[in-house]
Amino acid sequence: MELERHEYDVVVVGAGGAGLRAAIEAHESGARVAVVCKSLLGKAHTVMAEGGIAAAMANLWPEDNWQVHFRDTMRGGKMLNHWRMAQLHAQEAPDRVRELEDWGALFDRTPDGLISQRDFGGHRYARLAHVGDRTGLELIRTLQQRTVALGIDVYMECTVTRVLRDDAGITGAFGYWRESGRFVAWHAPSVVLATGGIGKSYKVTSNSWEYTGDGHSLAMQAGATLVNMEFVQFHPTGMVWPPSVRGILVTESVRGDGGILKNSAGNRFMFDYIPDFFRKETAETEAEADRWYEDKKNNRRPPELLPRDEVARAINSEVKAGRGTPHGGVFLDIASRRSPEYIRKRLPSMYHQFKELAEVDITTEAMEVGPTCHYVMGGVEVDPDTEAARVPGLFAAGEVAGGMHGSNRLGGNSLSDLLVFGRRAGAAAAAHATTRRGNVAPLSDDDLADAARAALSPFEREGGENPYTVQHDLQQTMHDLVGIIRTAAEMEQALERIEALKVRVANLSVEGHRQYNPGWHLALDLPNMLIVSECIARAALERQESRGGHTRDDFPATDAEWARINLICSPTAEGGVTVTRQPLPQMPGELAEIFEETS
Amino acid sequence: MSYDGTFRVWRGDADGGDLQTYTVEVNEGEVVLDIIHRLQATQAGDLAVRWNCKAGKCGSCSAEINGRPRLMCMTRMGTFAEDETVTVTPLRTFPVIRDLVTDVSYNYEKAAQIPAFTPRPREADGTHRVQQIDVERSQEFRKCIECYLCQDTCHVIRDHEENKAAFAGPRFLIRLAELDMHPLDVVDRRNAAQEEFGLGYCNITKCCSEVCPEGIHLTDNGIIPLKERVVDRKYDPLTWLGSKIGRRRQE
Repeated sequence: MELERHEYDVVVVGAGGAGLRAAIEAHESGARVAVVCKSLLGKAHTVMAEGGIAAAMANLWPEDNWQVHFRDTMRGGKMLNHWRMAQLHAQEAPDRVRELEDWGALFDRTPDGLISQRDFGGHRYARLAHVGDRTGLELIRTLQQRTVALGIDVYMECTVTRVLRDDAGITGAFGYWRESGRFVAWHAPSVVLATGGIGKSYKVTSNSWEYTGDGHSLAMQAGATLVNMEFVQFHPTGMVWPPSVRGILVTESVRGDGGILKNSAGNRFMFDYIPDFFRKETAETEAEADRWYEDKKNNRRPPELLPRDEVARAINSEVKAGRGTPHGGVFLDIASRRSPEYIRKRLPSMYHQFKELAEVDITTEAMEVGPTCHYVMGGVEVDPDTEAARVPGLFAAGEVAGGMHGSNRLGGNSLSDLLVFGRRAGAAAAAHATTRRGNVAPLSDDDLADAARAALSPFEREGGENPYTVQHDLQQTMHDLVGIIRTAAEMEQALERIEALKVRVANLSVEGHRQYNPGWHLALDLPNMLIVSECIARAALERQESRGGHTRDDFPATDAEWARINLICSPTAEGGVTVTRQPLPQMPGELAEIFEETS
Repeated sequence: MSYDGTFRVWRGDADGGDLQTYTVEVNEGEVVLDIIHRLQATQAGDLAVRWNCKAGKCGSCSAEINGRPRLMCMTRMGTFAEDETVTVTPLRTFPVIRDLVTDVSYNYEKAAQIPAFTPRPREADGTHRVQQIDVERSQEFRKCIECYLCQDTCHVIRDHEENKAAFAGPRFLIRLAELDMHPLDVVDRRNAAQEEFGLGYCNITKCCSEVCPEGIHLTDNGIIPLKERVVDRKYDPLTWLGSKIGRRRQE
């Protein structure tokens, strides 16, 4: 078999915020580092993040500190977050933002010349460091330029299909160059998964083609476990019209900067959907909500800035009740609330996006928006301090890791998550490599041959099904049966369909040859999408309550028993998935006190 | 609302290829990338194309549409007549890999050659204090999504492979301008801009600004001011004298 081989200490799979931050840290710790990514460098999904990076820097509100951020994060996740991850995240995010400035990032400024911070859902104070509404681009470009300046090796347009291991732990990874279809293997004691999310298993999503759950699947195949997979975030505001742009994200900054949600009757309906859990901190009248933007001490947050799960459910209910817009969304209005100059200054990408794609001028008209699959809270179960998975040498950071966000992620907490845990994963991966250097068994020829055979099998079958059709059917299944509102009957049906889809995926055929062949690439991504979809459906069926990004029509209440339980997905010997219950890690007393002091 | 549109798409690889004609369904509100995806899903599963965000934010789906450098995800089908044939070809300035995918490694090589951002020290309180007005000039260039449409359209390197070694292209001239205007950066790259990155090759025809999907004024706000700064340095008699007696930095 023709195979290109490389030696490294740390192989980072994925070149978004988490992957690049991990690579930088591992490199600075002295490790030989490779970054492997499916797209060109700088195109990863992080580039689409709009609103900002949540960090309690207290540049605008001196009252803000890590304890308040920690509390907001835990409450936003309905207390199911791993407390230690939420703590580390809140404590370290400000340093991670400041460090970006030393690498060339140019954030918007406060009048004092400090990094400006903006309001977002679920955050008590204006906390998101931002650059207009293109913060993700700034973050990825800064990390990309830093990576290049440090001379880190990047394998662009290269897909990892296997993580390789032996009894002692990780030995490396196997993949193919998208451009040529040729195989490549990396021999390394540490692999950091930073592959992002799973949104492409859903029909309406803000996610790009890359989000096929590769890292989730690679971890399962290597024998690691996933946690919280039932929690999928539907962002409340995606575009709904025209059909071809359905699902594209409309940043939460629109609401953070003063935008409101209205139904077809013109009512500001979010006031009807304030849950008891957030009632004490949410405005009761429109007048109070409007005053809050200027005076946070004496007023409470507008209900449009409740956490995303609450807003998405509310929009869903309004549309179902027949109070939606002509195209099945609700209205998001900033035109009647802020000046055109302010809107263009604060939300330039949104202005551009609606103008170009929907012929809507958001400075004069309301937008039509509805929920879109945006983020998976669930992911690889990791040690909070090192991001180590259950397999020695395997690490995970960013969206592919689980635990940090509990049942629902607050806006802005993703970019900070990437930086905080990307850095920690990189450091731990480098340290692990030091302990293993020289003792890593060579890559097994059998494993390599098996990986190559599996990758080439779609070419060998003739007359099989087209991968695009199978992907479409999977997306429809997840959309219809494991979407924003769930029932046991529907999820059981979804699991049956997933079993049928597995058979179809095993019989795919692709046309053409190995050189830059998207049909083949999709055929190799599909098994990952299926295993992730199965994990979501199985965990969602198991959790008989509603919490955060998991809403059961047949169990609509939040249940105190379930508040103490995590669901863990593990691989079975037959390549399936089992779900087990595991007690939630208990927060130490001094952290628990934060909830008493400030609520 | 739907109609059958006629598309000509370049299919081939480094050894050659040609335009192939397809009839594809077009629906209301669609963009060219939707058509390419439908073509992949129904008629040409192996049609090679780059794309990621489908929202004009990542700069992956660059191509030439009816001869004009465009992002496929931001080109609405509504801008063409229903009976108009839409021709999609790969970026001409870069070598073809396959179909609509080109080898853009030239850009990554140039990016790696640019002297890295080097900040001044932080203030005593650990912050950097900078006014909004001072970050905005560089922020304009940091909006760049690296779609390389400016590189594609630039006549210095379009059809002039021989100039690529000496010329970094508009994308990287504005990167140099960005660093030159960056309020925290301390490195002087003016000499390098001229000597290593070929600033002098640009004769400001502004084609790059015209095709930029982000509306960046590459020439007016980036390249021309950079040229002026280079000239200031080069022809300022005191600077010249200083460089000769070795008390100024040479870089």
